[in-house]
Amino acid sequence: MLDELDKSMLSQMSGLHELPIGAYNIRKNGEKAARNTTANIDIITKKDKPGIDIIVKPGTKGESVHIPVILTQEGLNDAVYNTFEIGEGSDVLIVAGCGIHNPGDKKSQHDGVHEFFVRKGARIKYVERHFGEGSGNGERVLNPKTIIEVEEGGYAELELVQIKGVSSTKRDTEIKLHKNARAVVSERLLTYKNQDAESKINVEMVGRDSSARIISRSVARDESKQLFHLNMSGYERCRGHIQCDSIIMDKATVQSIPKISAFHSDSQLIHEAAIGKIASDQLIKLMSLGLSEKEAEDTILKGFLK
Amino acid sequence: MLELKNLCLEIENDNEKINILKDINLKFKKNKIYVITGPNGGGKSSLAKTIMGIYKASSGNILLDGENIADLDITERAKKGIGFAFQQPARFKGIKVNELINLAGGDNKVNTCKLLQDVGLCAQDYINRDVDSSLSGGELKRIEIATILARNLKVALFDEPEAGIDLWSFNKLVETFEDMNKNKETTIIIISHQERILNLADKVIILADGRIKEIASKESVLDKIKKNDNCRCGEICQKGGTF
Repeated sequence: MLDELDKSMLSQMSGLHELPIGAYNIRKNGEKAARNTTANIDIITKKDKPGIDIIVKPGTKGESVHIPVILTQEGLNDAVYNTFEIGEGSDVLIVAGCGIHNPGDKKSQHDGVHEFFVRKGARIKYVERHFGEGSGNGERVLNPKTIIEVEEGGYAELELVQIKGVSSTKRDTEIKLHKNARAVVSERLLTYKNQDAESKINVEMVGRDSSARIISRSVARDESKQLFHLNMSGYERCRGHIQCDSIIMDKATVQSIPKISAFHSDSQLIHEAAIGKIASDQLIKLMSLGLSEKEAEDTILKGFLK
Repeated sequence: MLELKNLCLEIENDNEKINILKDINLKFKKNKIYVITGPNGGGKSSLAKTIMGIYKASSGNILLDGENIADLDITERAKKGIGFAFQQPARFKGIKVNELINLAGGDNKVNTCKLLQDVGLCAQDYINRDVDSSLSGGELKRIEIATILARNLKVALFDEPEAGIDLWSFNKLVETFEDMNKNKETTIIIISHQERILNLADKVIILADGRIKEIASKESVLDKIKKNDNCRCGEICQKGGTF
């Protein structure tokens, strides 16, 4: 059963106030808390390691799978391996994410590996939201690894968001695209106080006419640190675009290390990166509409990370 | 009414003090359109920015309905009813057109569709778009003007509103200023070089070298412009002089 704290965390992670409709698996403090399957989506507990297999039948359309993880115990080190088999021609929404409520002084950590096989012509939207909270001084650590292989004509859209309160994160995303496959990755990351975040996104376009777009936006405040490695490689006729924007404030540091590699003369790869303060013309415009400097700043940051 | 008394603006550049505005005295009445024109670098935009509070006057007073607002910051002046349409509007990643116009409206109930129509944009094509680099300069300019129309202002300042706007939208813009002027409480101040904008003016203020050179009727200013044709050299050419 979910208590009020669980419901509050679910709400922050995925906008859910009650158990979701459709297939779901809720993991709480390293154990299964609730699960539901449908005629088209099966969820099976792995036998060799902690985690689940999510199997979406070919042709499944308009269904969703929610797999949130909740940690409310201090000192817990939870690791999970989930595998997604997205059947041919299906079109599904997958909502994942982890919320840590750490009430104590010991570190709480969740490491999650998500491996997706998006079969021929299938489409997924994968939403992953991370956040931390709690009155204790214990660290809240989240290390997600996402591996996606998209087969011919498939499409994967990823929305990766770290909302707030995560002390440390190492995010690792690997995508391989086959013929006519497409991926769109949208990453949003906020760090403050002395938090640190590292994000690696590696896209390999191995199939002819595959394409990818990565839009990474982050805000670094206080004394937080951010490091981005964005890497895109084209091995066939393909198109790729990386756009990496960071707003830096206070005494924060941001490093963005781009890499684009073409191994085929018809690969078209673009990388754009920018790090800077909030532009003064943006602040002045909003202030000229009657917002205070603080309100203007908050409005700009909220929009940027939306 | 807006009144500028002995307004001066001085800025420091490479340890050198430059007088941008020199002893400006002007009165702007409600329900009137004023067009400020003059050569580039003459201080027109600086004057508008000083009224908005973006630049702080080095001396002099800015009286809004008798209250000196010269020491107020941008936000406070905006709350008093001053608005500014920028010559080069800011772009915002993640803020939608609808959101920006509603922010501008504040507590006013805003009809975004109507406002976008007023500036020559089809609402359904723009309302949910980000105010970012996906918009052209002209589109952005029209949205900027819509943010001013969304507000119930005492003083509306427009810095070269026609720049970057196509002819069809320009016609719409002229109508918009005429409609705006129906609000009896608003003073409209437009910085422009365009003849059709000058034609809207109740008074034309010519600013050059940081000073008011002339406050005149539109007829007299337009007449002078026509006599000079397209030549900006003015008297020097007429006298057969050289540079």
